[in-house]
Amino acid sequence: MADVLVLAAHPHLASSRVNRALTLAATALGERHVETRDLYELYPDYLIDIDAEQAALSRARLVVWQHPIHWYSMPALMKLWVDEVLAFGWAYGPGGTALKGKDLWLAASTGGPEDSYRPQSYNRYFFDAFLPPYEQTAMLCGMRFVPPLLLHGAHRVSDADLARHAEIYTSRLLSYPHWPELVELDAAQPCDVPAEARPDDD
Amino acid sequence: MEHGTWLTGSLIYLAAAVIAVPLARLLGLGSIIGYLVAGIAIGPWGLALVTDPQQILNFAEFGVVLMLFLVGLELEPQRLWALRKPIFGWGSVQLLGSAALLFGAAALAGVAWPLALVAALGLAMSSTAIGLSVLAERNLMATTSGQSVLSVMLLQDVAAIPTLALLPLLAAADVHASSSAWLGAAKPLAVIAAIVLGGRLLLRPALRWIANSRTPEIFTAASLLLVVATAALMHAVGLSMALGAFLAGVLLAESEYRRELETDIEPFKGLLLGLFFIAVGMAIDFAVVLDSPLVIATVVFGFLLVKAVVLWAMARLMPLPPLEWPAFIILLAQGGEFGFVVFQSAAGAGIISKPISSLLVAAVAISMLLTPLLLVAAARWWVPRLANGRSSQIAEISEAQTAPVIVAGFGRYGQVVSRMLYANGITPTVLDHDAEQIEALRKFGWRVFYGDATRLDLLRTAGAASARVLVLAIDDVEQSLKVATLAREHFPNLAIVARARNVQHYFKLRELGITLVERETLDSSLMSARSVLGLLGWEPHHARTLAMRFRRHTVRQLEEMLPHARDEARFIAMARQGRQQLEELFAQERQSAQRARREGWSDKPPADS
Repeated sequence: MADVLVLAAHPHLASSRVNRALTLAATALGERHVETRDLYELYPDYLIDIDAEQAALSRARLVVWQHPIHWYSMPALMKLWVDEVLAFGWAYGPGGTALKGKDLWLAASTGGPEDSYRPQSYNRYFFDAFLPPYEQTAMLCGMRFVPPLLLHGAHRVSDADLARHAEIYTSRLLSYPHWPELVELDAAQPCDVPAEARPDDD
Repeated sequence: MEHGTWLTGSLIYLAAAVIAVPLARLLGLGSIIGYLVAGIAIGPWGLALVTDPQQILNFAEFGVVLMLFLVGLELEPQRLWALRKPIFGWGSVQLLGSAALLFGAAALAGVAWPLALVAALGLAMSSTAIGLSVLAERNLMATTSGQSVLSVMLLQDVAAIPTLALLPLLAAADVHASSSAWLGAAKPLAVIAAIVLGGRLLLRPALRWIANSRTPEIFTAASLLLVVATAALMHAVGLSMALGAFLAGVLLAESEYRRELETDIEPFKGLLLGLFFIAVGMAIDFAVVLDSPLVIATVVFGFLLVKAVVLWAMARLMPLPPLEWPAFIILLAQGGEFGFVVFQSAAGAGIISKPISSLLVAAVAISMLLTPLLLVAAARWWVPRLANGRSSQIAEISEAQTAPVIVAGFGRYGQVVSRMLYANGITPTVLDHDAEQIEALRKFGWRVFYGDATRLDLLRTAGAASARVLVLAIDDVEQSLKVATLAREHFPNLAIVARARNVQHYFKLRELGITLVERETLDSSLMSARSVLGLLGWEPHHARTLAMRFRRHTVRQLEEMLPHARDEARFIAMARQGRQQLEELFAQERQSAQRARREGWSDKPPADS
């Protein structure tokens, strides 16, 4: 029974180097160890099967979001997945405990090189500055946000470096939950949303 | 049947057909030649197993009646009305033109005028049985030439009445016959009116009542009874039985029982037509042929030639697509079974002598035997020449194609598929069998090949063995399934993307193992449903999501029903249950959305904290 779920999202996987390599590597590990769901392949019409996605989440202990960073965030379908699958009363809010105690790991790539994420450079912020939405999403669902695996400068990375990166990725997927950093990671802070906190439309 | 038992008779006919027809088809000659040869073989001039062909011919003529009933079923009154010009215009041109020329030729050759007139009228008719069977076998019914052939044959059936009425007048030159002729005309008119009115008002309720009895064989019996009764009624007043059956068919073309009637009558029609062709084969009097072979040859080729000239002129003037000329000319140039009736009645009335009558009957029968052979010959030598000439573009596909995609059927569906492929740099090999359609499309620069995709050799030529995808966009369900079966069997590596006309078609394609099947109207209907929801105030994106989820639900539901597709009761129960499920699902979601007091842009409330 696989307890690692990889959610891969790249709108043009065929023209991607990094994410194609990672998706292929994750898929090659086999369903028994890692369940890989390529969101753009599953939902070309953006019609996400919420029940199927929630079922896959329920089976997993580690949830991996593997995607390129687009506009300092996730690709559109990944965001839609978050909007629809992490539903109120299921993933968070009253009775929303389905994901509690699971781990969320981000495996992202950026086009810009690491030194572009500097106050002096064109991206103006350290990359960490873009992570709080991820971290808090995990936290609200009672998940631990494990420090992400990043690959910067994806367009210019050499074949050897890419192979090394994929190797790290798969070995991590296979060795979960025996990761050294997990020992020091605290359980997620409880973020209880009171029932009356739901905003009112009218 | 000299043995006097129907058992021996059936044994002989069935055995002859079962042996001869597959053999003929194997030789690429079509089933009709098989039947005709079987008839010659068992007839008085072959093995002499049957010595009285006339009796069986009369019986088997009923196959022609059934066939016209089926043709009528396919032709709604509006479409028949639209055909009135080809029927009365071109039909009259063919019949009168051919008869006049034949009469003139015979008169010039020194034949006495009553004989010349009878012969001209009898020979101007064409065989509906062979004509329509060939059209059906080659799937040409829907083409322009197919419709033209049908129109002309319908007029011939109408003209049969006055022709037969003319014979007694010729015989005795009795002047006082004219007074009773008026009375005679009133009766047929009354019968036709009765059939039209009865068909409109009584038939449907009667069929409903019978169908409600839920006894399939009684419905079959009722179908047959309907045709027999109409035919008998027409016969009683001296009208063409086939014409009556045709009328009854047209009147039922719009009824909900059309398909059931069709499937019930079809096997009877097939067998009786077969029997009819056998009888025609048996009826060829080889004694007459051997006695005066030259005279027979002159008559056969003479009348074929004269009629062909008239038809050729018609084909030019209509105009018909040149590639359809051969079928049009050959099918209508042959003599017809109605000629038998004319000559026998004329002989009975003493206008022509018995030997002359058998000679003319033999000439007609030989022309019917020649027709399928001529068609084969034309397909081999004439059609390629036509194709090389003026309209070189629409030759039947002959050079091997190598495109990765084959599109079979270039109607509305196939065109959209092909255009999208073309826009993305893929030029598919397109097959269609409607020459006129192809000619029109060629003008827009499409590379469309003329060819019937239900033929294995043409599929192979189109590149089915090396192509990756076959787009099955044929609108005819049976043909679509035929191509699908062929492709699955012979080209297992060819992926099939299929258009389904309806759910039954969908299931049949799925049962053949084809996974990429689209119901042709599903998506456009859902788009309209979205528009309706939008007009009623749903947000456009919400309407889109609802439509797409509805689609997912119905597709899944169909897939679940697939194993039970043949179990009607179970199938209906599941369909009902599925509809209920969807309603419940949507109602539940509406409720939870209301409870949450928010309907964001998605159906499941998104997180925003």
